[in-house]
Formats: sequence, C-alpha cells, structure tokens
Amino acid sequence: MIKKYTIILLVANKHGVLTRISGLFAKRAYNIDNLSVGKTNVEGTSRMTVIVECDDELIDQIREQLKKLVDIIEVETVMEKPAVMRELMLVKVKHNGDGADSAHVIEAINVFRGKVVDMAPESVIVEITGQEDKLNAFLQYMKGFGILEVSRTGVTAMLRGAKGV
Amino acid sequence: MSDKLTGAGIIVEELIRAGADKIFGYPGGSVLDIYDELYLAKDRITHYITAHEQGAAHAADGYARATGKTGVVIATSGPGATNLVTGISTAYLDSVPLVAITGNVATDFIGRDSFQEVNIVGITMPVTKHNYIVNDVRDLQRTIREAFRIASGGRPGPVLIDVPKDVQRSSVEYDGAVSFDLPGADNAVLDLKEAIKLIKNAKRPCIYAGGGVIISEASEELSKFAKVIDAPITASLMGLTAEPYYHDGFLGMAGMHGKYAASKAVAECDLLIAIGTRFSDRATGNKQKFLGEGRKVLQFDIDRAEINKNIRADAYVIGDVKKILSELIKSGGLDGINNKKWLDYVKSLKAIPENNIEHSDKSLPPKFVIESAKSVFGADAVVATDVGQHQMWTAQYYGFEKPRSFMTSGGLGTMGYGMGAAIGAAIGSGKRALLFTSDGSFHMNLNELATAVSHNIPLTIILFDNNALGMVRQWQKMFYARRYSQTTLNRKTDYVKLAEAFGAKGFCASNKEELLAALNKAKKLQTPCLIRCIIDSDENVFPMIPPNGTIDDIILK
Ligand SMILES: Cc1ncc(C[n+]2csc(CCOP(=O)(O)OP(=O)(O)O)c2C)c(N)n1
Repeated sequence: MIKKYTIILLVANKHGVLTRISGLFAKRAYNIDNLSVGKTNVEGTSRMTVIVECDDELIDQIREQLKKLVDIIEVETVMEKPAVMRELMLVKVKHNGDGADSAHVIEAINVFRGKVVDMAPESVIVEITGQEDKLNAFLQYMKGFGILEVSRTGVTAMLRGAKGV
Repeated sequence: MSDKLTGAGIIVEELIRAGADKIFGYPGGSVLDIYDELYLAKDRITHYITAHEQGAAHAADGYARATGKTGVVIATSGPGATNLVTGISTAYLDSVPLVAITGNVATDFIGRDSFQEVNIVGITMPVTKHNYIVNDVRDLQRTIREAFRIASGGRPGPVLIDVPKDVQRSSVEYDGAVSFDLPGADNAVLDLKEAIKLIKNAKRPCIYAGGGVIISEASEELSKFAKVIDAPITASLMGLTAEPYYHDGFLGMAGMHGKYAASKAVAECDLLIAIGTRFSDRATGNKQKFLGEGRKVLQFDIDRAEINKNIRADAYVIGDVKKILSELIKSGGLDGINNKKWLDYVKSLKAIPENNIEHSDKSLPPKFVIESAKSVFGADAVVATDVGQHQMWTAQYYGFEKPRSFMTSGGLGTMGYGMGAAIGAAIGSGKRALLFTSDGSFHMNLNELATAVSHNIPLTIILFDNNALGMVRQWQKMFYARRYSQTTLNRKTDYVKLAEAFGAKGFCASNKEELLAALNKAKKLQTPCLIRCIIDSDENVFPMIPPNGTIDDIILK
C-alpha cells in the first residue's frame, strides 16, 4: 500500500552532501515529494526532511540505502511515530485596497493564523506556518481572491520527546 | 617524528603505509607531482603504467580480486579521470575494494572550465562507495586513511579521491605514525535464532552462494555448514569459486546460463539460504516465480540494504558471512539435522543428461578449449574473462578450485575488462594469468597487450574467434528471428601477427590437435602469448533460462 513517509536525516555538513542524497534518490528511481534542509544547533551538521510516497518495502530500502552514505549520521523514518511537522509558506495575495474584499482577505488570514508581513496598495504578503494540509487549505481559500506568488519551505520535522534524530 | 611533506609526498607515503606496494596508473599534467614522488620512492612502491586509464582501473580491480587487498589506480585530471569511470563502475557493481586517485586543476581554476578540468567527483558519485575532493592539504592524510577504510570495510567498493594540483604541491607537517579515529568494524552480536529455526524446519535446504563468500574468505565455513545441514551448494557467477568444483555437494552456477542441477535445486528447495548475494536478475529469472509456493528465503549479508531489495527474505542475519557461518556451526543449534534423502536426490541430478550437455561436433568446440586449458595450466593459474559467450563457457567448464582465481565482470558486464584484470591479477598473485576472450571484447582493450609485454607478464590469451559478437548473435538467433544486426564482425585482424607486433607470441588453432600443441607451447613461455581459436559462429551457450523465465523454460539445445 502506498503511503506518505517522512524521513528525518541528520547529515554531516560536507561538500556535496545534498547532491549525494538527491543523487541516491535519482539513481534508484525513488521519487521525492518534498525536501527541506537547514543547519542544526550542532556545528557541522544539517537536518533534512524528505517526504516520499511509497510502500512499506520501498521505505525500508530507502532507509537502508541512505544509511550507507558516509556523510549521513542518522536516519529516522516517521510514520505513526509522534512527530511535529511544520511548513512555512509566504503567499502574495491580491486585494483591491479598501473595500469589502480586503476585509475578507484579512479575516481569512486571521482564521488561518497567518500574519501579514508586507502590505502594498494592491497586494499583501502573508506568512503562515502549519501542517501541510492547513497550508493547502489556505491556498485553496485564497484562490478566490487571486494568488500572485507562493513560496514554500517544504516540510520540516522533529520527533516528539527527549529522543532525537 | 614529524616532517614537512608536500601533498604529493603524503599521498605516496600513505599508499605505502596502506600496503599498496604495486599500483597502476597513467601520468599527466595534474599528477606530475605525484609521479615525481613515485619516482623518488620507486624502491618502495612499484607503479605499472598501462596503455589506457581504463586498463589501469581494471588492472587495479584484478589485483584486488586476486589478492583481497585494495587496488590503487592513479590518473590525471579531465580525460584521464573520465577514462577511469568504466573501471570504477565495474568495481562498484562487483564490490571490489579500489582507491582511485585523480589529480585536478588547481583550486583557483576549478569551476572555470579550465584545461582538462572535469568534475570527476560529480561524475563518479553514483558509482563509488564514497568520494572526496581534498581542498586543503591538511585534510589529505586523514582522507586517504578513510578512503582505504571505506573501500575495504563492510561491503567493499571503490572510493575516489580528487586532489587539485596546488594541494599536491603545498606542504604541511606530516607524521606517518599518527592514528585516526575512523569508523570501526561492527561487532554487533549476531542473533541466529530465526535462522536456526528456519534451517531446522527445512526438509530441502539449498545454499546459494554469492561473491560475499569470496570477499569474506568463508569457503571453508561454507563447506562445513553445507555438510552440517545436508544442503547442496549452488553459486552465482560471482560466487563460483567459493567451492571447489569437484566437491560432491557442489552443483555449480545457478541461473540464466547455470547448470541444470543447480537451477533445479534452487527451484525445488523449501529453504533457499542466500549468502553474500544480491539476487541479480541474471540469477533469479522471474522474480515472482523464483519465490515459488511456500518456499522460504534466509539471507546472510553484510549489507542490510540487500535484504528485500530484489527478493523478499523470510529471515536474515546481518554481518560478515564468515562469522555468521562459523557461529551457526558452533552454536550446536543445527546438530542432528538429516536431509540426506534430499541431498542424494539433488546430487543424482549431476549425472543426468540435462546437466551434461554434449560437446558441439565442430572441429574445435569451446568446451574442449576451456577444459584443455584447465588441464594444461591446472588450478594454479588466475583466470580472467571478457564478456559474452566465452565468459559463460569459462564459468561453466573451467572447474575452479580456489577462491580468488576467477576475475570476471559479473555486475556491469564490461567487455574489455579482461586484459587489464588479467594483468593486475597476475601482478597481484604472482601466478600465470589466463585470459579467455573473444574477437569483440578483445578489440576493445587489446592495447593492454603492450602493457603485458612491457612488464613481462606471464599471460596466456585464449581468444575465441567466432567472427561475431557471439552472445548478442545468440539472442538475435533465439529472440529476433536471426536478424544478425551488426553482430557479424568480419574483422581482417591477423591475430598472430598482431601479437607479434606487440612483442608477444602468437599461435593459431582450428582443431583439437593444433590447440593442444599451442597450449603446450604457451605453457613453456613466461611471457605473453595469444592463441587464436577458430570456432564456429553458431556455437551457443546452453542451458539458457530466457530472461524473466523459470527452470520450466530452460533451453538445453
Ligand atoms: C562495453 C560493452 N559494450 C557492449 C556490451 C554488450 N554485449 C554483451 S555480450 C556482447 C558480445 C560479446 O562479443 P565477444 O566479445 O566477441 O564475445 P562472444 O560472445 O563472441 O564470446 C556484447 C556486445 C557489453 N557487455 N559491454
């Protein structure tokens, strides 16, 4: 059965590490749904979150193949394990200055707990974080007003509790 | 004591320290400094120059397969480096420990499409276990130590180190005695419970041995284990030398061109014990049917990623297979097993006609050539092949007796592998090398005949001249209605003269008597020679289980 899996990777921040990981996915014909990467609090390491859609057997393969990469320090696949998953998105939405439309936009942003971070005569930039589906719902709603631009960071994830990756 | 050394000096010192006293390569602008250091150290390390970097990479590979040590190859930047790629890929797919060192343009010139600049780290990423570009001479010593550890540790494989020219030239304090904290061997305790349970419950166990058995030097343990559980042993192409051919319970190679008895035992067993093998599609045929009804698979491998990659395992043990087998035997958990009836049955298959395909009736049958070479040269030669029909005939008929005596490109199937590999294997083992090749493959890298002559390699080349790309022709015959597209070679090469032009001896045989005479002359030579064996274009490799087929589809003639 095809499911969505989240893989959390702790990697050494070395030359070409991102290429090695994306190269592994490419050469073994695994599809990446989402990939995000950033530094951690530990000097010289980065954390990556990769989301793939596949079955049980393939996720096992992906995990084991990843473990063989020399620059990977730890690999954890999250399925039903309790984890916090968040994504940040910036959306530029059209509005017509004052009028009822603008009020609607602002109201929707509040409902979704977004933040207006820039305001121009005919557009606003909204910053919004949350689970992927919340962001999707927000985008869906905003379509009615007119979306000018979207930029998403990709999902980042962390296991709950003291044990980390 | 610490001295100041250049990067190039460190490379040579570290190679010597790693035990690489015989290395292969080809010089050029970006490795001038390394070659200068090699010149100065020539009484401590021998460098063999080949005719082409591909030949050097295959030679380092053959050296590694024959000795179990890590092979080393050096090439210059750009075309030197790209010429290594087929050799590195060949080593990668057959899990051969190899360290490739390439020079690159100076760090300031990188990324500017400078003369002979190529991103060899990017190019070889998918075909190395790991690779490095060293941008700071202070990292060089550690990198080389790591590279050797990674190449030979766990499941072996190639590692490439790219060293820009300025890094080779700059100096740093160097202390050869310093030790580094490198990722160590895995000493995990083996859990054998599941394995023992499966083996005890089996009535018809069958062992399928892969190259991992040879890498971990577990032949003795394998034989013992098979005796304890009354299992026949079958092998993949890479595992072929794990058992001496004359052992009673050894059925030979299984799979596409394997022995009938071996494929039959694999098909009829109730427990397949796969040891150090990745279940290549050439060995399994149809994967769904390979698993059969109710059949269980037990897998031993050092690489966890091999579990469930191609064939789903019911249980597995991860670790060095030598250790797994010896602990299984020692555990006592397998005592009292009796599957004699099954073992007698599969052994009886060795005598049936399907397992003993007749010689062709042509004047010089390939089987006769290979068996005669074996009887003339015995078990003490190292044998290399190229790729095609002759490779399969060698696997089927040579009768290997010792591990590390057979160099063949199993995973990548690299035509042109054999010349370099035979040279490297002869240099590594100090033995005579036999190369079985054919007109197609030989033309790919025959330039290395020059290398064999320059270095006085005791190399006997047995060339099957079938005027065809035989293996492809066989497929065209069987699956493409005899449309022989581009597989009839019609070369006008005079092989005897060619050998002589290179400074080797040449012989020609078109019948059995001529062959035996040539083999006996070759045996007296300690220098390279070539025997052209004229065979029929329509000799076939049988048996053949067609791709994606099963034992029921086996073609015997
Ligand atoms: C480098 C490379 N190119 C192409 C192939 C495809 N191929 C596989 S076997 C074969 C024919 C080999 O012919 P030859 O070396 O004459 O051996 P024979 O089959 O006649 O014994 C070819 C072309 C290959 N394996 N390697």
